[in-house]
Amino acid sequence: MKHLLAIEDLGRGEIEAILDRAESFAEVGRRDIKKVPTLRGRTVVSLFYESSTRTSASFELAAKRLSADLISLKAAGSSVDKGESLKDTCATLSAYDPAAIVIRHPYAGAAQLVAGWTEAAVVNAGDGKHEHPSQALLDLFTLRRRLDSLDGKRIWIVGDVLHSRVARSNLSTFRAMGAEVTVCGPPALIPRGIEQLGCEVAHSLDRLQEADVVYALRLQRERMAESFVPSIREYAARFQIDSRRLGPRQLLMHPGPVNRGVELSGEAIDSPQSLIGEQVAAGLVVRMAILYELLAVGGERPAPAAGEDALSPTPIGQPA
Amino acid sequence: MRSGEGADLILRRATVLDPVAGIEGVHDVVVRAGRIVELAAPGAELDGAEEVDAEGLHAFPAFFDPHVHLRVPGHEHKEDIETGSRAAAAGGYCGILAMANTVPPVSTPADVEALREAARGAASMPVGFLATVTRGMEGEELTEMGALRDAGAVGFSDDGLPIRSARLLRRALQYQRLCGGTIALHEEDPELSGDGVMHEGPVSASLGLAGIPSVSESTTIARDAALARYEGGRIHVQHLSAAESVEAVRAARAAGVRISCEASPHHLCLTDEEVRSLDPQRFKMNPPLRSEADRQALVEGLRDGTIECIATDHAPHAREEKEVPFEQAAMGVTGLETAFAALHTELVLPGTIDLGLLVERLAGGAAPFDLERPTLAPGSEANIALCDLAAEWTVGEEGYESRSDNSWCAGRKLTGRVLMTLAGGQVAYRLRSFSLGVA
Repeated sequence: MKHLLAIEDLGRGEIEAILDRAESFAEVGRRDIKKVPTLRGRTVVSLFYESSTRTSASFELAAKRLSADLISLKAAGSSVDKGESLKDTCATLSAYDPAAIVIRHPYAGAAQLVAGWTEAAVVNAGDGKHEHPSQALLDLFTLRRRLDSLDGKRIWIVGDVLHSRVARSNLSTFRAMGAEVTVCGPPALIPRGIEQLGCEVAHSLDRLQEADVVYALRLQRERMAESFVPSIREYAARFQIDSRRLGPRQLLMHPGPVNRGVELSGEAIDSPQSLIGEQVAAGLVVRMAILYELLAVGGERPAPAAGEDALSPTPIGQPA
Repeated sequence: MRSGEGADLILRRATVLDPVAGIEGVHDVVVRAGRIVELAAPGAELDGAEEVDAEGLHAFPAFFDPHVHLRVPGHEHKEDIETGSRAAAAGGYCGILAMANTVPPVSTPADVEALREAARGAASMPVGFLATVTRGMEGEELTEMGALRDAGAVGFSDDGLPIRSARLLRRALQYQRLCGGTIALHEEDPELSGDGVMHEGPVSASLGLAGIPSVSESTTIARDAALARYEGGRIHVQHLSAAESVEAVRAARAAGVRISCEASPHHLCLTDEEVRSLDPQRFKMNPPLRSEADRQALVEGLRDGTIECIATDHAPHAREEKEVPFEQAAMGVTGLETAFAALHTELVLPGTIDLGLLVERLAGGAAPFDLERPTLAPGSEANIALCDLAAEWTVGEEGYESRSDNSWCAGRKLTGRVLMTLAGGQVAYRLRSFSLGVA
């Protein structure tokens, strides 16, 4: 694995290797000293052209936990503000010889372009409405801890599928792991032709009870202005996941940030079925695992420094 | 640069094909002072002229492209009259019509006169210029259509943008009765297209790219055809892309509307599946590449004559306008240099359409603008595309005549190549490795 650009690039085996690795980092996370020296002396660039809280925070913390040097750039306040093209920014950053570039960009295919312009491993941290592979992996990690297997499980992705990169990446991931996926929302927010990606389409929550997992998506308030939904109230009345609609044995997920009272009711968020907090925690260890797989396993491995064994968790100290 | 003197040459033993004129067979094509004087029996005793050994090569009426962006004035970093007309000559064309969506747009008689003057010096073939329908392409007021026609505008188009206001288009069609000039229409409902960047369908669903629905085009065609019918106007629909649009044109014609239309080589050869590569250099244009069913409907329209001509919509863009994420990239691809070869490779060789039909449609772009169709009939001005149907080449390997390299064919291996073009009675192009023999 040279880059992580799209979930389709990964086989089931590679997905599982990342999740297994993440489990071992979860164990490191329970120690007093949570840092391992794996990426000491290597540089990770975090390049965010869109605002982000959990994705940028968890990737940056993941790089630090792996002892990498981190350059963190946000579009606002950088040369991008001054009109520099993505290609030129990429050339500039390449001069620092980064081992990895983690990029979030408002347009589809940006990470793929960067991968063609740099020697570094490129991690797609969200490109437009296209893909968000690390989110899909952390969601899968979260689910795997609750369910033995996704084979034959029914997962409903509910809400603004049209504008959601999370929906697209998760649809492919869940299907790759054997789940049956239904996407549900008002017709204007379900992309035309999506059933050809191998999912069912529903326009009401009437059959929601058949779902083992309910994955709700964020509804941005500006969708109302664009007439995708007539009003937030109309949307919530038909598509909000609340305690009445959510069954006791169903699992509830959401990529965050949640619009409390829009796509999810407050009670649903705080219910025992909700895995939202676990998803955030999974974000850190899964992103550590992604950087590890790309840089320590996939890329060349730095010589072990003195004392590394004492700090490394057992599975990591062994040859990969 | 055109010398002003007509060519004198003989194409020996050329396989001549001009389906419209009913010419098919092996002839010595005799060109004197820029006119085809005779299609002689092979090996005829003729002298005093350069000879071209055309044995095994095909001579067609040269092609006519009614839809080219020469980018002059304002965007000379993408193309200019010299490079654009050279690209056309390399593609076997003997005439092209330049669109008016330049910077500033071609909206005044002085603009048209300046372009025609520039073309006299710089173009390697006859170039016609369209003027905009609305002043500055702003969609608010009509241009002085009469004065523009007097200045030499071949027709009118706001290409690049649709004419949003039905009232304004109606006025233009009324005014057309006084001054003539076909109105060429870029058919799109901006409300339906929204911020779309590709065809709306399963591929856009999977890529998360905003879609341009087929009905954005077809509903506008239906509206404009109704207006043309009401006013008795003459319209030409540009770059048809969707099955629904072919249907709309067919219905309009059946109802007696004076309507013609064109399709581009990329819409006839490619589908939205190509966009999965997220490569805007080759696959981002407006209208977008659509589904396989749409592509087949276009081919059927080409076959049954609903679509009477092929137009490249040659739209050069500089590297930096294309080396960006798909959604941010400029729309448009170049196509003049590859139209014949691509369609020969993709449609004729697999048996989808006949060679004769392709040749007829490639030269069909003159008629919608009341210009003379290129022909090989003796007595006509020499407009000839000499092609080697067996030649294989990889597009872009030797660079381009165009200033830009956003060819949708870049890297494709094509079969069939234009070796030499006569345009307006002069040799406009010959492939560097193809030289003339001397008698």
